[in-house]
Amino acid sequence: MDIGSFVPLVLALTVAPLFVGVINRTKAVFAGRVGPPLFQIYYDLRKLLGKGAVYSRTTTWVFRAGPIISLSAVLVAATIIPFGSWAAPLRFPGDLVLFVYLLGLARVFTVLAALDTGSSFEGMGASREVLYSALAEPALILGLAAIARKTNSLSLSEMHQGLGSLWAESGLVPVLVVVALIVVLLTENSRIPVDDPNTHLELTMIHEVMVLDHGGPDFAFIMYAAALKLWVLGTLSVDMLLPARSGVVLVDAVVALAGMFGLAALVGIVESTMARLRLNRVPQLLVGATMISALALVLVYGEAIK
Amino acid sequence: MISFVELLMILIALTNLMLVGSSRIAACINLAAAQGVVLSLLPLLVTNDGIGLRAVLLAVVVFSVKGLFLPQLLRRALLTADVKHEVEPWVGFTASIVLNILLLVLSFWVTARLTMPRPMPSPLALPLALSTILTGLFVIISRFNALSQVVGYLVLENGVYLFGLILAPEVPLLVEMGILLDVFVAVFVMGIAIFHISREFDHIDVDQLTTLKD
Amino acid sequence: MIIALILIPLVAAMVAFAWRGIVGCGALLAATGLAHAALTAAAWFYPPASVMYGWIELDMTGLLFLSIVSALFFASAVYCVGYLARERSTKHIDLEEHVYFTNEPDRIFAGCMLLFLASMTLVTVSQNFGLLWVAVEATTLASAPLIYFHRHHRSLEATWKYLLICSVGIALALLGTFLLAVSTLVDGTQVARLVRADLIREAARLDSRWLELAFILLLVGYGTKMGLAPMHTWLPDAHSESPSAVSALLSGALLNCAFLGILRIHQVCVAAGRANFSQNLLMTFGLLSMLIAAVFILGQTDFKRMLAYSSVEHMGILALGVGLGGAGVFGAALHAVNHSLTKAALFLVAGNILTAYGTKSVSDVRGLSRVLPLSGMLWVAGFLAITGSPPFGPFLSEFTILKAAIDQGFGLVAVAYLALLALIFIGMASIVLPMAQGKPTVPAAGPGRREVLWSTLPPSLLCILVLIIGVYIPPSLSAALHEVAMSLGGR
Repeated sequence: MDIGSFVPLVLALTVAPLFVGVINRTKAVFAGRVGPPLFQIYYDLRKLLGKGAVYSRTTTWVFRAGPIISLSAVLVAATIIPFGSWAAPLRFPGDLVLFVYLLGLARVFTVLAALDTGSSFEGMGASREVLYSALAEPALILGLAAIARKTNSLSLSEMHQGLGSLWAESGLVPVLVVVALIVVLLTENSRIPVDDPNTHLELTMIHEVMVLDHGGPDFAFIMYAAALKLWVLGTLSVDMLLPARSGVVLVDAVVALAGMFGLAALVGIVESTMARLRLNRVPQLLVGATMISALALVLVYGEAIK
Repeated sequence: MISFVELLMILIALTNLMLVGSSRIAACINLAAAQGVVLSLLPLLVTNDGIGLRAVLLAVVVFSVKGLFLPQLLRRALLTADVKHEVEPWVGFTASIVLNILLLVLSFWVTARLTMPRPMPSPLALPLALSTILTGLFVIISRFNALSQVVGYLVLENGVYLFGLILAPEVPLLVEMGILLDVFVAVFVMGIAIFHISREFDHIDVDQLTTLKD
Repeated sequence: MIIALILIPLVAAMVAFAWRGIVGCGALLAATGLAHAALTAAAWFYPPASVMYGWIELDMTGLLFLSIVSALFFASAVYCVGYLARERSTKHIDLEEHVYFTNEPDRIFAGCMLLFLASMTLVTVSQNFGLLWVAVEATTLASAPLIYFHRHHRSLEATWKYLLICSVGIALALLGTFLLAVSTLVDGTQVARLVRADLIREAARLDSRWLELAFILLLVGYGTKMGLAPMHTWLPDAHSESPSAVSALLSGALLNCAFLGILRIHQVCVAAGRANFSQNLLMTFGLLSMLIAAVFILGQTDFKRMLAYSSVEHMGILALGVGLGGAGVFGAALHAVNHSLTKAALFLVAGNILTAYGTKSVSDVRGLSRVLPLSGMLWVAGFLAITGSPPFGPFLSEFTILKAAIDQGFGLVAVAYLALLALIFIGMASIVLPMAQGKPTVPAAGPGRREVLWSTLPPSLLCILVLIIGVYIPPSLSAALHEVAMSLGGR
């Protein structure tokens, strides 16, 4: 494990909130506003960490553990993701399965913490969240499976290395997988068109309503975990989209970073130009994304059966 | 270099997928038109001995018939029938998408069992042709709206045409033209029938045409 | 001359579409029918040369089927002369639901009939499988407007089903045609064009797996058009809702043309040595069609639907005959002639009954022999003929097929065949005979109950022909049938 492989982790930890800031700034530009400063999330985190927390008497240890466990799960997931031309610090065959399940673990504990409050609002948000994630997970798994089959490896880092030649042969399977991954990104991070992060109406919230009762440091953890999750899934997409290797490590890093900010701008644009889908239309979108991943998988297998 | 033929094949797969999942009939017509356009580019890419007059002529005619005239006919029929949306068919839209992928898998399995008489321009071509045919048949069977059934027929013909293009490119040009003419007239007659149906019944839901039975 | 056979109806169709007069369409139909029949008769004596490098050629099978088409069209055209005149003068009240409806303009009817004739002629003369496909699809498109002559919702429903189901079936047949082209590839080079004579010549070198796949698809595709079960679902609706002259043509001529398509590919299979495969499939579909027809004829309440299911049955018999091989092929060829003539006569008589009684329901028609004596007699005679009673023609052909089944050792098939024929006889007898006898349900005199020449002459002539064939087959016809049978691998 060389020093270089820790750089992606450090980058994730530090730059992730900036990523969210870029998204917010893009949305503001589209709306004709000035918008919050790019580093607003950092200020929010600092503010929240300094506050005290109030816990309801109906909650148990699950409510307190929820944010902590979900943050730790996402942190471990961040150590599996490669970036630029650096491999991840933690890599072994099958780590992509661990990755998917770490995200699942984070989600489960958020949902459990929400249900633990005993309030019906959180319960409603939890049920919606679980439905959408259940539909989005196959999209993620099938997409990763397609790339894994194509590069003949089960480790995210190896897949990332193997992708360089992929574009030369059939550049279309990664494109299909990236499309599905972006839909998963929008779903997991509660972005429009799946969920509105800025809504004030509890009846239309999915993610926001689950974390309604957390305050202070807990909310800071949740916010940071959300930013990290966005970064992690975004890195996965950008890795597939821009696997160009120029040989110079720094150039690759800059290219990847630029790709990340491009992706942030793209998410901001999508959020500004689209409206949120009706709740019963979202499953259709997710099944469509799953089918696109399935299509990629079928195409990969089909080419192999020649 | 990404194979252009493969790109077109994947586009056809995507249009099939989106077609079975979409409830707006206008979107279905546009997707069938897009398929026609993709198909018109194929004769230029799968020729054995360069782009000759036959390939160009075929491409132009297919583009105009399948890409322009037929969709226009259907859009006109859509206007006169005054329908916008399909009601949920007995196989729901989401289930249709899943079924479409399963049909694609089936096509891959079936074509893996056939031995090809000549080299294929792409390993995806034959399975996708078969899956387009199956998609067309599925749309005809599962949809209630008469216009959707005609779109399904168009997709079916697209699939058969793709089959012919890959497997039997030496079919005489005259026959190909005859086939296209027949498809054009068929859709024309169907459009007129739909017009009469919408006037007679005030709807074009063929599921309700059940007076004649034993 | 072959080109003239196709061009004359085509030009007449253009004239019909442009016709601005009110009368005259019937006369145009009759005149074209006469010219076409004359040319076809001439082709028997002076075989015409092939055109377009063998794409269009009149072989004996094609000539036989062409003669059937021509004769039937002429009979229907004569019937139409009076039919159109009467339709112009009567009020149009739907018989079953008592709503007013309009008719299709005469010129569209006549134009489509002539296009129908032209496309059926093209089917019989095509030797190239691609051209054959184009022609069969053209027949579907030309005949669809004909079904929608009486513009009410039942005929529209029938037209839509006909259009969609037949077009889908024929699209599958197109796939089969492409697969046939693939079977001509040996080591990457094409050994034969898609022309029938070429394919038969090179049959031994064709790739048999692709050929068998092509046969299956062509059988299913053209079988949909022919009315083989289970693809027959459009047939009862279309044949019962269309005007009787059109039903006669659909049952008598169009189904035969679809059968011709199947015969052509069967010929190639026989020449390639895969006769067993194609024959087994044909026999299966044949018996299945007969079974389905028998089930639906028993207890049928609409006499035109009964005739339609009878067509399904006879198409099954044709498929069975060809599938048996040997003398069965001769029987099938003879049966094609017999069935067409008889069914056309029956449908035309059914038209007379419909006009006289105003209903298609069996239970409302009684005393036919008193109200319409000649039509009543023809109705019963036609029933006897179509169910295979001597001395009519179909008895000979069905008997030949039965004998072939026993000779070939298909005992079980023969038993099933006989049983189904008996069932259908019972079914049809219980419908037809009560219609002819009993107390008339409508007064004997009245509008539409006069037996006019145009409504009785064509069916009478057709019935007489069937009777003659039953008693004595002219040597020229016999020789022609033998030639057809030999070309299909029979005796």
